[in-house]
Amino acid sequence: MDLAIEAKGLTKKYANVTAVNNIDFQVKKGEIFGFLGPNGAGKTTTQRILTGVITATSGKASILGYDIGRETFRAKNRIGVVPELANIYIDLSAWSNLMLIGQLYGVSEEDRIKKSTELLRIFNLYERKDEKTKVFSKGMKQKLLLCMALIHNPQLLFLDEPTSGLDVVSSRLIREMIAKFNQEGVTIFLTTHNIQEADELCDRIAVIDHGLIATIDSPENLKKEFQSMQAIEVAFNPPIKSEDDLKKIEYVNKVQKIGDKFKLYTDNPDELIRQLLNFSQKRNLNILSLNTLGPDLEEVFVKITEEHKGWSYGKEKSFSKTV
Amino acid sequence: MEKKNPFLRQFKSTWAITKKDISIYYLKPPVLIYGLIFPGFLFLAFFLGKNMPFSSLLPVVIVLALFFTSSSVGPIITPWETRMHTLERLVSCPISLEFILLGDILAGFLFGVGITLILSVFAIPFLEIGLKNLIILLGTILLSGFCFSCLGILLSAPATDNPSNIMMLSNLVRLPLIFISGIFIPLNKLPALGRLIARLSPLTYTVDILRYSLYEKCDYSPVLSLTALFIFTIVFLFLGMVFHKRNLSKRF
Ligand SMILES: Nc1ncnc2c1ncn2[C@@H]1O[C@H](COP(=O)(O)OP(=O)(O)O)[C@@H](O)[C@H]1O
Ligand SMILES: [Mg+2]
Repeated sequence: MDLAIEAKGLTKKYANVTAVNNIDFQVKKGEIFGFLGPNGAGKTTTQRILTGVITATSGKASILGYDIGRETFRAKNRIGVVPELANIYIDLSAWSNLMLIGQLYGVSEEDRIKKSTELLRIFNLYERKDEKTKVFSKGMKQKLLLCMALIHNPQLLFLDEPTSGLDVVSSRLIREMIAKFNQEGVTIFLTTHNIQEADELCDRIAVIDHGLIATIDSPENLKKEFQSMQAIEVAFNPPIKSEDDLKKIEYVNKVQKIGDKFKLYTDNPDELIRQLLNFSQKRNLNILSLNTLGPDLEEVFVKITEEHKGWSYGKEKSFSKTV
Repeated sequence: MEKKNPFLRQFKSTWAITKKDISIYYLKPPVLIYGLIFPGFLFLAFFLGKNMPFSSLLPVVIVLALFFTSSSVGPIITPWETRMHTLERLVSCPISLEFILLGDILAGFLFGVGITLILSVFAIPFLEIGLKNLIILLGTILLSGFCFSCLGILLSAPATDNPSNIMMLSNLVRLPLIFISGIFIPLNKLPALGRLIARLSPLTYTVDILRYSLYEKCDYSPVLSLTALFIFTIVFLFLGMVFHKRNLSKRF
């Protein structure tokens, strides 16, 4: 099998935490592989190990067949990296940033100029190429980082939360580009805490928390798990006394009392809202507030790990690829 | 890509780092002005009204200008790039930390030697200096500039992302190095203990060879001074690389 990434028993320990705890996974060439988890899950640490920025405490990773610890340069030459934070030189122009990174990847001057021009055009930055990036918006900086990651035509692209904190337009453009580059043959390792993003883009998703991989599965299969984790938060006036009445409403899977509010878990929020309106009318209650909540990643993680208690942590549950 | 000499490629990358440093950190009006004015002030503070001949002041001007220009900016580059997370971007490129640091050293070296040579060019016509001594003068400036720049990089090794901490450390180390050296008081006028301490500062050797090259008076032999400078350079370079390497993982 042609693997882009193979991680075996990767572990990274810091003084007080084990950021990554003995994880195993494989990414096939041509895939978009999602690495999904809440803040502090260990996503960035994993990406840093895989891109040769830090060394693992134990375990091995091979990138496109090269051991990242021993054949670091060969691996680094073939991968593109977008790190977590905007790591461009704000005192340099967009163009100079690209030239610098191009030189560091050994791209010839001719190719640097050609590729930079092409990439800046694709990301709508060409007109601003000579401005210092200090004045760039967060979205523009992120797009420039992507250009920098692609200047040497990498076969494998690492992206650490590439759309986090960006405006809708930039996020959408970046997602479109990720899909486009993948179609042109680039394998993508996408770190994110955004379920929708992972669902939209990825062939397979690893769910990670507290340094452990809970499961690796296709978005379709995971969605089934996520769906029952959706919830509606509702408060009534006058407040209702017993949860039991709420439990009887159709489409409610589980009820949780939070202060004067109730959190109702459901796999069909739309129908549940109709039911709640009925419920309040019948009993002459006012609805004080009503919020729909997406699945909370932490909860998804807990649920998945509970469901797969028998599985040892960090081992892959399934290896099917959905296209 | 791999067919090319990887070493040659690393040097090309080093040069890219140097160019980046020069355009971001050195060619800034405040840096240029500070590089020229600060040694000027120190110099004036010590010599104003002391009625010394120009030729005996020149070595001091040269060594102060060289020291301040080649070792002032280097210390802040790594902490600043740690804070801005650009260091992480560099480290994920196929270039080893040693060559990144070499690029930083080269930038301080070029800036320091460049400014010092510009200053010296104006002075040299007024001096009667033979070709051999001119070569020694140039060689000393080059070697010392490299040595001071290595010191600057060594000083940036502590794993902090706060440039002002490093500035403090840097001044704590660099100012004493000036004062214990034989710059302001010739070595033969220092007490025995002073002379001993002066040996710990690379500036002592620089100024001694400069004195030799300008008017053939010196306390050590030029060969000994050049050797000492060479050893200082190797030690600073080696320690800088080792400490930076050790602290790298604490920067992310
Ligand atoms: N350099 C470091 N020193 C100490 N702890 C760290 C360091 N980097 C990350 N951690 C810890 O490791 C855990 C995982 O962090 P990270 O990989 O950044 O998570 P994520 O990217 O998923 O948000 C967190 O608890 C974080 O505090
Ligand atoms: Mg992160």
